[in-house]
Amino acid sequence: MLEQLSWKVGGQQGEGVESTGETFAVALNRQGYYVYSFRHFSSRIKGGHSNDKVRVSLKQFRASADYTDVLLAFDQESIDLNAAEVREGGIVIADEKFKPKAPDHVRLFAVPLTKIAEECGSAIMKNMVSLGASACALGLPVEIFAEVIEERFRRKGQKVVDQNMQAVQRGFDHMKELGGADPEFALKPADGTRRLFMMGNDALGLGALAAGARVMPAYPITPASDVMEYLIKKFPKVGGVVVQTEDEIAAINMAIGAAYGGARAFTCTSGPGLSLMMEAIGLAGMTETPVVIIDTQRGGPSTGLPTKQEQSDMLAALFGTHGEIPKIVLNPATTEECFEVMGKAFNLAEHYQCPVIVMTDLQLSLSKQTTEPLRLDAIEIDRGLIASEEDLPQVAGGEQFNRYQFTESGISARVFPGTKGGIHKVTGVEHSTNGRPNESATNRRKMVEKRARKLAGVEIPDSVVRTGDADADLVVVGIGSNIGSIEEACDRLRADGHKVAHAHIHAILPFPVTQLQQALQGAKTVVVVENNGTGQLRNLMNFFGVHHPNLSSYLRYDGMPILPVEIYDHIKGLL
Amino acid sequence: MSTMKDFKAEKPTWCPGCGDFGVLNAMQRAAVALGLEPEDVVVVSGIGCSGKMSQHFGGYGLHSLHGRSLPTAQAVKLANRNLTVFAAGGDGDGYGIGMGHFIHAIRRNIDITYIVMDNHIYGLTTGQASPTSDVGSQTKTSPRGTVERPIEPLQLALSERCGFVAQAFSGDTKHMAQVIERAVRHRGFSLVNVFSPCVTFNKVNSYEFYKEKLVNLDADPAYDCHDRLAAMRRVAEADNLVVGVVYEDTEQPAYDDAVYGYPEEPLAHLEPRLSDAMYEEILATFR
Ligand SMILES: Cc1ncc(C[n+]2csc(CCOP(=O)(O)OP(=O)(O)O)c2C)c(N)n1
Ligand code: SF4
Ligand SMILES: [Mg+2]
Repeated sequence: MLEQLSWKVGGQQGEGVESTGETFAVALNRQGYYVYSFRHFSSRIKGGHSNDKVRVSLKQFRASADYTDVLLAFDQESIDLNAAEVREGGIVIADEKFKPKAPDHVRLFAVPLTKIAEECGSAIMKNMVSLGASACALGLPVEIFAEVIEERFRRKGQKVVDQNMQAVQRGFDHMKELGGADPEFALKPADGTRRLFMMGNDALGLGALAAGARVMPAYPITPASDVMEYLIKKFPKVGGVVVQTEDEIAAINMAIGAAYGGARAFTCTSGPGLSLMMEAIGLAGMTETPVVIIDTQRGGPSTGLPTKQEQSDMLAALFGTHGEIPKIVLNPATTEECFEVMGKAFNLAEHYQCPVIVMTDLQLSLSKQTTEPLRLDAIEIDRGLIASEEDLPQVAGGEQFNRYQFTESGISARVFPGTKGGIHKVTGVEHSTNGRPNESATNRRKMVEKRARKLAGVEIPDSVVRTGDADADLVVVGIGSNIGSIEEACDRLRADGHKVAHAHIHAILPFPVTQLQQALQGAKTVVVVENNGTGQLRNLMNFFGVHHPNLSSYLRYDGMPILPVEIYDHIKGLL
Repeated sequence: MSTMKDFKAEKPTWCPGCGDFGVLNAMQRAAVALGLEPEDVVVVSGIGCSGKMSQHFGGYGLHSLHGRSLPTAQAVKLANRNLTVFAAGGDGDGYGIGMGHFIHAIRRNIDITYIVMDNHIYGLTTGQASPTSDVGSQTKTSPRGTVERPIEPLQLALSERCGFVAQAFSGDTKHMAQVIERAVRHRGFSLVNVFSPCVTFNKVNSYEFYKEKLVNLDADPAYDCHDRLAAMRRVAEADNLVVGVVYEDTEQPAYDDAVYGYPEEPLAHLEPRLSDAMYEEILATFR
């Protein structure tokens, strides 16, 4: 019996690959398994190979498996492209219709998916037939799909629900007749706990709601659009508005306007949009306006690899804006953290009155996965220093309100328009304490220092989280969604008798110099793992003065996520 | 009741005689006539000589980026619908670098008033051609005269069915104040394009030039400002040299009235915390 399983469905984009994967994943999640799925797709709507790889296990993994146990193929191309990663003796279930051929190391089961589906009512139900065949191979009862199918097709009537269930059953039966029920592939039963199942983008949207976001201007882009689409559905319930803007420049400027107006506001984009937002991010820094910008990284530059994994916007996030402003960059790694990071991002933005960039990557944003409970009380709302109407007569003393008063912390009270006694000016031009343009050298020096003081010496708590052996010889440094692969590689290395630790970075600005130095202490070897071609994270470590005599990179920049085995093999070669 | 004094900030820094003085004066008059309190008015401006409006008008002021006054101003209004919000800027700001936002602000129809100080020149950057410069205008960047055709802001707005389209002239601030007052009263996006002479860098489009040529539509009892096609025709026949309310459509719903679920209470005033019950309801979709 298996404690974990790797299942993959492949076919032409637009022929139900995604919905097949989703139905399978949701059904297993509801049985109490931990599920992690990754979608391989391209930037076209119909056609082109796509696949959905789903890992099912009794404990949580946050990475795709290195191999595939069961491959469901809707066409020959799916076998040709994916059979190599099917393990020795693994199962390939394919539609008999296209006379499938598979390499010798796998066991091929040609099931008449389309034919059975047609007999059940319609060829489009071939994915249901294939799910039934999968269930048979894995020793799962077909009933696990009943609830999901009922939810998906209820609106179309009971007949459609019944036809789909019948298709699942017939796929199961046919597979059984072919001798496809192998006890070796049966999954150990799970505990039945109904955990959350979501992608990083869902968690970001949910987190934004829980954090009190009220305005979200955004422009559609992969892999960011889910966040705006989610909030468009939810905002009417709680009070709030998503504006689909004409471009990302409008989106960020609107976020600034709404924040100035007194609402929590954020936008969400990917690399190309982040580039367009740079001038306004500087405006937010200069005017000390709190805004949150989510950057769901994809393959760059320009249009790059719009549907593929990459972590190459780090330097842009840190250094893209002209001039010098305080800024915070947070890097969540898991869905749970995507939820909590939104609370943190808004609090930090409003406390320090500066832009906060939250960076995910495509794998984190789009991989649907089992998620531990997300508690509303994990998100606190702290709106920072705001002067109310009652405070104002003494603060303002009859003059214009000193919005940019010099203080020891560099932080000065905000006042929202509409507040009596709080009138002041805000400008991206260098200004005096009341927001009036002021170009004097003395004022300039003082204002530059005021803004810089806000984050001087600050490191965001838990910017680096180290796990593993306290006396590790080797430390792997990683960021974003690579957390799962690194963790798994480290576990295997430990099982081989090596002393290893994993230092994961959850914020790159302010760069966590002391935390990272501490995490590397005692290590003989350091490996920085990241999804880009130049080693941006490693370069940042160098830039900010985190040095180590034996530090090297493991980079992947072909658009694919890093698998645990790659890190394991790479490190084995170093030891 | 507030008075002119309440809408004054410190002394403007424009060149003596600049048309933008007239615009400031007209905005202040309109604010008084509308019975507004300065703390309830926000002026969001772009960058240019005209962009200084947010500094010089005595309410809350946000001086944003070159070309970006419109997205910023629209969002101030979205965050707090109780505020009276102006966007203000120049012809380069609004019809050059910010042109995309202009058309989309019209489409979106958020209830703000957009005032463009159209001097047919880039003033702050000392005299380059602007998108409204007439063909043949000699400027620093067009020493042999511009060859590009000018933008026609009124026609653009009319073709996009902007709900309130008006034009005014800095040489007649009393009339301009009336136009701005009507623009603010209009529910939805309002455009007021103002011929606001740059006395330093544009010697052609001067006060005298406009005084001779402008026709006041508000003074024409035969003019029907609710007929969009007639308005387009009239503006074309007058070669854009009209002032007054060119067009008003009171039927179009403003964005905040049309958008599903947008609450009565300003978003900025809502309690940010979700109730446990609401949170549980939202969370249930992920199980
Ligand atoms: C992104 C950007 N590009 C260029 C500039 C320089 N710039 C400042 S104002 C201006 C043009 C001003 O012309 P207009 O908008 O007509 O305003 P006016 O000064 O005539 O009132 C330019 C090009 C800038 N501030 N920002
Ligand atoms: S340069 Fe022209 S637009 Fe600018 S302040 Fe002087 S007169 Fe006015
Ligand atoms: Mg101009």
